[in-house]
Amino acid sequence: MPILVDRSTRVVVQGITGKEGAFHAARCKEYGTQVVGGVTPGKGGTRHEGFVVWNTVAEAVANEGADCALIFVPPPAAADAIMEAAAAGVPLVICITEGIPVADMVRTKQFLAGTKSRLIGPNCPGVITPGQAKVGIMPGHIHKPGDVAVLSRSGTLTYEVVGQLTKRGIGQSTCVGIGGDPVNGTSFVDVLRMFNEDGDTRAIMMIGEIGGTAEEDAAAYIKANVGKPVVGFICGQTAPPGRRMGHAGAIIAGGKGTAAEKMKALADAGVTVVRSPADMGATVAKVIGA
Amino acid sequence: MKIHEYQAKALLRAFGVTVPRGEVATTPAQAREIAQRLGGRVVVKAQVHAGGRGKGGGIKLADDPERAEQAAAQILGMMLKTPQTPPEGIKVRSVLIEEASAIERELYASITLDRTRATHVVMASASGGMDIEEVAARTPDKILREWAHPALGLADFQVRRLAFGLGLAGEQVKQAVALLRNLFALYLAKDCSLVEINPLVVTKDGRVLALDAKLNFDDNALYRHADVVALRDTHEEDPLDVEASKYGLNYIKLDGDVGCMVNGAGLAMATMDIIKLAGGEPANFLDVGGGASPEQIENAFRILSSDPNVKAVFINVFGGILRVDRLAEGIIAAVRTLGLTLPVVLRAEGTNVEQGKKMLADSGLALTMAEDMADGAKKAVALAKGGRR
Repeated sequence: MPILVDRSTRVVVQGITGKEGAFHAARCKEYGTQVVGGVTPGKGGTRHEGFVVWNTVAEAVANEGADCALIFVPPPAAADAIMEAAAAGVPLVICITEGIPVADMVRTKQFLAGTKSRLIGPNCPGVITPGQAKVGIMPGHIHKPGDVAVLSRSGTLTYEVVGQLTKRGIGQSTCVGIGGDPVNGTSFVDVLRMFNEDGDTRAIMMIGEIGGTAEEDAAAYIKANVGKPVVGFICGQTAPPGRRMGHAGAIIAGGKGTAAEKMKALADAGVTVVRSPADMGATVAKVIGA
Repeated sequence: MKIHEYQAKALLRAFGVTVPRGEVATTPAQAREIAQRLGGRVVVKAQVHAGGRGKGGGIKLADDPERAEQAAAQILGMMLKTPQTPPEGIKVRSVLIEEASAIERELYASITLDRTRATHVVMASASGGMDIEEVAARTPDKILREWAHPALGLADFQVRRLAFGLGLAGEQVKQAVALLRNLFALYLAKDCSLVEINPLVVTKDGRVLALDAKLNFDDNALYRHADVVALRDTHEEDPLDVEASKYGLNYIKLDGDVGCMVNGAGLAMATMDIIKLAGGEPANFLDVGGGASPEQIENAFRILSSDPNVKAVFINVFGGILRVDRLAEGIIAAVRTLGLTLPVVLRAEGTNVEQGKKMLADSGLALTMAEDMADGAKKAVALAKGGRR
């Protein structure tokens, strides 16, 4: 059983009439994902590049049984789109949008706490279970079905590690990008719990970055609960303090959130820590004896 | 985004937070006039986006307008060096002239995001005026914290708890409660990422006021705050950072000589890391975005190559969906238009890789192709070292 998404997942794309939404909805469908339609308020009843468009997420749920929302709505309306999906009872909401104000996410996270929905992201590449479903913007063709889970705060760096794994013939169970924002829906710990319980996952590759304490929390969880081998990499080892490195969440503030602290916490938890991003795939291979 | 202290204090005033009387000056003569208007003793404070100004000679007391003018003449135009500025310092272009306050107690207050709890936290301490990070590290119990409800905000009892916790009594509790509530209102209304008052003071005549003020704003929320954007002072930012932000490029200048051009923040950080591991020093962080369009590439090249320290450029792009032939087009156009002579190492993954590589090979440009990230970093570092000799 893969985690989060599989071949039965029915995806509705919010913001499907936008350039990004339309492009990626088509790529997800090509991969084999069941994309059941899209939502753009005011364009309900039309079709956009072959997809049925609804005015509301609730309509997509009622008519198509959508159980996953993939969001490409621009930042000013993205938090609202997340809440709409949750209010419509969609159990899994994946928000790709980058640049949502932090205060909007603080309120949205509180809203979600009163619903049964799980949010992945925002500012993330999405989730893919290779060979079954791609719900996000990652390039499908670099993935390969297998039993190594990938978990990351970054997008293209996730593609990098997946590329390294696939080149070595190592497939992936599910790859999850939790996003680079300071307030996100799902933490490393949430996903580690799922991977730990997932019978199809043999080992976990986790990519963290500077800023916050999500990696330290993950290390504590791994130490106490995870029996499967975990390989870790932290990017931003050379980042100067006080500068936001692209991701709103990636900033060393007040001497906290450095790569060195995070690498130490992971190593102390029994994680095999990789120093060079070029060695991620090779280290996973060594750890699982592939 | 950051703003100057005098701008922050104007916002505080607008939200009903008590601050000392004062005005900003850009010439010593103006400083004299303002000091005359204020009357009595004044403080002349350098306006730069960096802390630690006092130790760097950027804050001076003046007993009368003449001395205020002299102090302003000394501070204006100086290269102010503090632990938070670049080594060469920041040029001071304006000074804040403020009435001097007779201080009874120095306290601390700030509001920021607590990422772990995913809500806003108000912090206060009776140990104001000093390095608050040191206080937090050595005696964490001396920092009082109240977490706002994510939707309902800060309750009055929480603000009172802070005021009493600071050891205030009577009239000062009322003043501190009003001040903290107003600060929180400002923090939310303007999408601040940080409001910091250090020190928050009690004066000898019993007033509670914000003696210093630092406001930072959430860059993602600037689209809804034109008034805040208008306060941006690009003099305080690296000119290349400013230029990059015009084109939606995320660029941060560093001190090394290997320029990096990467798509995606995580991969960009990892690229800096691998350059260091290969024995080099990255000249910058540069995220051209997930798509890396030809226009982005051209602008990125122009900005990278205008840093005189850059001796070689490493382009590391993992697009998947990105078409390498389009990337190649962008690179060829940029190199030709700009007449670039810098050695360039390219590592690219995506669709139409072979076609893209052929285009670059046929272009006659001095490009070095790399097999993977490690190979690219090694080659770029070697080329940069060669260029130094």
